[in-house]
Order: sequence, then C-alpha cells, then structure tokens
Amino acid sequence: MRITSRLVTPFIQVYGIYVILHGHLSPGGGFSGGAIFGASLILIALSFNLEAGVKQISHQTASILESGGVLGFLLTGLVAIIFGGNYLANQAAGFPIGQAGELFSAGAILIITVFVGIKVASTIVTLFYNIIEGEK
Amino acid sequence: MTELLNVLLLLFLVVCAIGVAYIRDLLSAVILFSSFGLIMAIIWQQLSAPDVAMVEAALGTGVATLLMIAAISKTRRAE
Repeated sequence: MRITSRLVTPFIQVYGIYVILHGHLSPGGGFSGGAIFGASLILIALSFNLEAGVKQISHQTASILESGGVLGFLLTGLVAIIFGGNYLANQAAGFPIGQAGELFSAGAILIITVFVGIKVASTIVTLFYNIIEGEK
Repeated sequence: MTELLNVLLLLFLVVCAIGVAYIRDLLSAVILFSSFGLIMAIIWQQLSAPDVAMVEAALGTGVATLLMIAAISKTRRAE
C-alpha cells in the first residue's frame, strides 16, 4: 500500500495540475482538477499516517490556501473592474486573448481556474483533517 | 452492444442503490456506495458528459468514501 501510493501519487498530482491548467481547452477545470489533487494529498495521509500528511501540507496551511483561493478569485474579478469592465469581465477588461486552442489563450479564465483549483484541493484536505482530528 | 452495456450498468446501479438502503453493516454500505459512484461515473461518460464523470469519479468515489470511512472509524460500525 505504501509503495503503491508513493509510486502513484506524483502521477495523480501531475494529472490534477494538467486538468486544472487545461480547464478552458478540454473537459475538466478547476473543480475536477482540484478534487483530484486533494484526493492525492489525502492518499498520503491515509497510507502512511497523519504526521506524514501534515508534513506535506499542514492544517493551517490548508486553511490559509482555502481563504487565499477565494481572495484570488475576488481580486481577479476586481482587477477587471479597475481596467474598466464589469465584474469578472474578460476581453472587455483587456486581458490578453491569445490564439484559440493554445494553453495561454483565454485571458482571465486560466487565472480564475487556477484559484478555484487551489481552493477546492485545500478544502478537501481541510475537511479530511477536521474529521480525523475530531472536535476541539 | 452499447445499449446492452448501458442497460447492464443501469441495472447494477439500481441494485447498488437498493443495497445501500437495506444493508445493516455500515462499512459494507459505504463500499457499495462507492461502487455506485463508479458506475455512475461510467454512465455519465456514456451520456457524453466527461466533465461530470471526472468529478463523480474523484469526489463521489474517492473523497466521499474516505470521509465516510473516517466518520465510521470515529463512531460505531453497526447500525
């Protein structure tokens, strides 16, 4: 179990990051990619022990990342207002729209998707830690 | 052929759902529920919704099962 999870975890994490980054091109996006990434972090804590999982990402770091994901999402929306568009406006606010079909192509969508991915992954890890550690 | 596969999957889905409702052992119910999620993911894929299938496979089968097993380990196994 330990050897398998040690072997498989990097591939799961790379796949999760791939799903997050290609959210505007292929099926998937911030939510699914974040769920895959968070599941890989839980897998470490489950197959070794809680200390090994906490060494990867501690409870406090996960909570900070959770709030930071939301803040990043909100700030990206506010940047669009500053540059003269509606909230979360994309092309109207002057985000660069590249060639369709390339990785860096959809302006603000990529940034927003990355923040959603961070938020979902850390939320899943925080949920798991909360249940395991119990109420305080 | 594909329709036969779909009908088989849906039948298995119904059996899993009824089993989850009737089984007494909570750990077995959780495992049945995770197999329910896996079949549901394949069915979403058959219905050409790969996005939902991805989320169902990661959340419905993986994370939800883990959280419920953690909850069982904190409480009792029998109903």
